[in-house]
Amino acid sequence: MLLRLNDSAGQPRYIQLMQQIRHAIENGALKDGDQLPSIRALAEELVVSPGTIIKAYTGLEMEGVIEVQHGAGVFVSRNRRARRLSERVQAARERVGSLIADLRNEGLLDDEIRRLFEAGLLSSSKARHSNSKP
Amino acid sequence: MRLAIETHDLCKRFGESQAVKDLSLAVLPNRITAFLGMNGAGKSTTIRMLLGMIRPSNGGGQVLGHNIADPAQSIEIRRNTAYVSEDKRLYNYMTVEQVIRFTSGFFPQWRADLAATLLRRYELPPARRVSRLSKGMRTKLALLLAIARRPKLLILDEPSEGLDPHSVEDLLETLVSESAEGTTVFFSSHQIEEVERISDQVCVLHRGSLVMDTSVDELRESWRQVDIVLPVSPHPGDFELTGVKRIRARGQQLSVVVNGNVEGVVDRARESHAKAIEVTPLCLREIFLQTTKE
Repeated sequence: MLLRLNDSAGQPRYIQLMQQIRHAIENGALKDGDQLPSIRALAEELVVSPGTIIKAYTGLEMEGVIEVQHGAGVFVSRNRRARRLSERVQAARERVGSLIADLRNEGLLDDEIRRLFEAGLLSSSKARHSNSKP
Repeated sequence: MRLAIETHDLCKRFGESQAVKDLSLAVLPNRITAFLGMNGAGKSTTIRMLLGMIRPSNGGGQVLGHNIADPAQSIEIRRNTAYVSEDKRLYNYMTVEQVIRFTSGFFPQWRADLAATLLRRYELPPARRVSRLSKGMRTKLALLLAIARRPKLLILDEPSEGLDPHSVEDLLETLVSESAEGTTVFFSSHQIEEVERISDQVCVLHRGSLVMDTSVDELRESWRQVDIVLPVSPHPGDFELTGVKRIRARGQQLSVVVNGNVEGVVDRARESHAKAIEVTPLCLREIFLQTTKE
């Protein structure tokens, strides 16, 4: 598994890591029961704070994607919840993929599509945030 | 969780000039915290107060639970804190090997195995006199001496200054592994890209005062630049919304830097019938320049 962090993306590193690990599971680069690197090993490999790895692993554990077995290590989850989740992501990926293909056919540039997605997410996240934020 | 470093309204005056002003810091344990600021912002003065090397003019603080203004407790602070200073003062007449052996005598927790590993990894020549080391080698030696004592807190003042890219990489890897061992890392630096890579938390000092204290994750999530093209020239003040840090206008084009309230800015742009709205993330460098502008 090759993980890479992008500095220009306006996204926390732990979220990038979570996405990449989920992606590696979806595309089969990581299989059920595979062991992931330790927090320390991954922090050293990527030269990021161990706190970043802890956040990513904790998030993925809560989603049921990975299992942290204390003392033994971190493993790709074998349980059903994880598989269901990744299947859902897989289905969503296909829908997004076909939408992007449609938009390209209509002559939109990738940059424009990206901005539309970002603006769309912003306006829909506003309703979600207005409940929690003062 | 007890804070590793905590200060309350810390002040330091040198004659007429106020080097540090009402500084209240809260540094979490087991994290990597970066301490940023321009030259003369008061970073080194703050660090020297934390270590009991100079006394605060006002206010106070604790490091690892010990009072920084109490000389007896200050010894406890220095026993558990390793400090790599800006000038990396070392015993020039000794060889690398001698300095390591000499330093090890002061620290019961000294890890000779780690010192040996770092000596190889940093490719330091054991028989060379310290006075004949290059700047990068001096820094690596200072780092080795700091780390092999297994401190609870590692404070570094401009550790990467004057290092070549490979040495910087070695330094960052070392800081990351130390953090994984449970050491709290607090370091000042001008190398903002490096800071952004390895830090959990960023504190920015400007003219002696704290102007920002936030997690790197939050920075990435909440700071945005919104570029807007409007059908007519905007009224000044139309975009002075919550969280807006800067507005630049040129004709019908508007560039807004905002922390947190991106939705508000985008909504206002829509209400103003914007012809184009583009949201881009900001990197720490741009945010730093924004928060320390005169």
